[in-house]
Amino acid sequence: MNWRRALYNASPWITTIAFFLVWEAVCRVFHVPTFLLPAPSDSIRAMIESWSGIWPNAQHTLITTLAGFGIAVVFGVVLGVAVGASPLLYKSINPLLIGFNSIPKVAVVPVLVLWFGIGTPPAIITAFLVAFFPISVNVATGIATTEPELEDVLRSLGASKLDILYRVGLPRSLPYFFASLKIAITLAFVGAVISETVAANQGIGYLMLTASSTFRVPLVFAALFVIAGMGIVMYAVTAAFERRYTTWTTRGIDRSTPFGGG
Amino acid sequence: MMATATAPISSDPSARDGAAFVHVEGASLHYGGGDDGVLALKDTDLDIRRGEFAAVVGPSGCGKSTLLKLISGLNRPSAGRVVVDGALVTRPLKIVGMAFQNPAMLPWRTTLENLLLPLQVVEPHRRNFRRDRDKFIEKASALLRKVGLAGAESRYPWQLSGGMLQRASLCRALIHDPQILLLDEPFGALDAFTREELWDTLKTLWQEQKFTVLLVTHDLAEAVYLADTVHVFSNRPGRVLYSCNVEFAAPKNVDIRFSKEFVDYVHELRARIRVERAVL
Repeated sequence: MNWRRALYNASPWITTIAFFLVWEAVCRVFHVPTFLLPAPSDSIRAMIESWSGIWPNAQHTLITTLAGFGIAVVFGVVLGVAVGASPLLYKSINPLLIGFNSIPKVAVVPVLVLWFGIGTPPAIITAFLVAFFPISVNVATGIATTEPELEDVLRSLGASKLDILYRVGLPRSLPYFFASLKIAITLAFVGAVISETVAANQGIGYLMLTASSTFRVPLVFAALFVIAGMGIVMYAVTAAFERRYTTWTTRGIDRSTPFGGG
Repeated sequence: MMATATAPISSDPSARDGAAFVHVEGASLHYGGGDDGVLALKDTDLDIRRGEFAAVVGPSGCGKSTLLKLISGLNRPSAGRVVVDGALVTRPLKIVGMAFQNPAMLPWRTTLENLLLPLQVVEPHRRNFRRDRDKFIEKASALLRKVGLAGAESRYPWQLSGGMLQRASLCRALIHDPQILLLDEPFGALDAFTREELWDTLKTLWQEQKFTVLLVTHDLAEAVYLADTVHVFSNRPGRVLYSCNVEFAAPKNVDIRFSKEFVDYVHELRARIRVERAVL
């Protein structure tokens, strides 16, 4: 019983380590050239050697991502509440929203560069553009699925739409909101890095682009690891927020461990 | 005042003297616009005395719930009128408590906090909520004790059984001392034993607090057991086909349900509904 529990808790670490071991083994056994696929050990060596170059860029990307994510949260919540509370608004802007979300954001970056120039602003805006959609969709769903019975109970007492939104709609959409944050933060990273690889002069995406143009492939992978690491940390932070504020959804049992052995 | 119904109304002078507490007259309700809309109610007449326990039975989907929405002021009739306590109903009444088959408790609130919800919304309590909070909590606890939920105050809805949830839902409907309690098949999803327990809970509350009840149900025994007056609704578009006063020589208790008198009432109602279903 105990070792089962231990295995369960250790499983994310075991899987991750096994993944890298297999990767390492494949590269060594088949003598895969480093400029095609560097072994994890090569990438880690490159990471250590070039840390002074990686870290400022990583910080820059992190700040860019968080800025875009922050705007996405504010805008996404406002839009989600409005759309969820008003069926008319939902119906009228739905086609626009879906159409907009279908556009690959990498295609928008050149336009953003045209408007804002090369650098941080297009990256922030791209991160925002990719991240707000899941937030508004989820918040809107949470609000729009308020039980009609409850609405009747409150309306018969003279509650306004705003009262119902405040007492029922918003609290009930919280778990949806936090679930969407986990998706949105990873998407924001994707957006920021995409924009940096297309048009920037700093950031981890820019670093990858310059590294790959000089065939320093281990450095490219080192940058990828850094992005993945930052993504995991940010995911864990939002997951922790989720657990903190919506304990009632898990009925008091802590079932959501972010990524590691609780 | 009671307009024409297809079946003779059994005699009850107070229901006809124009002083009915709830007075529905020729009410129709058309959902949706134009020709695609649904006519849920047509020319419905209904009177309920103050303090009366009325029940509405009928085939499913016949507009019984729509009637509740009209009386509570959630919807306005497309034709006819609804008068409660001498005033035309034009908007939500605030003197109404409602409970449904779905207890619809807020999962992030404890039972006690769920009970307080109406007080946070309805005037004048909402204005004084902070000041009177302790008083309200005491009141909610007393109500919970009365329905057999003592000790459930700090428990969450998912920690309660279906019957307990429905008791809590009744309490929530009554916390602001409504004058009218509107019940839409509140016991429909419960098992037989729990349902019978809740019948008595509801009856006790009604006898103590003397509010007016309109119960929508498809359970004829429930209607006869609880109500003073039972109204049979027609198929959609719904209207009242037949009304009868339920009167027993002895006080109603659990055993009366096996008496001949009781069974006769149920049979009579069933026959009326069967005729109506046959038209389908």
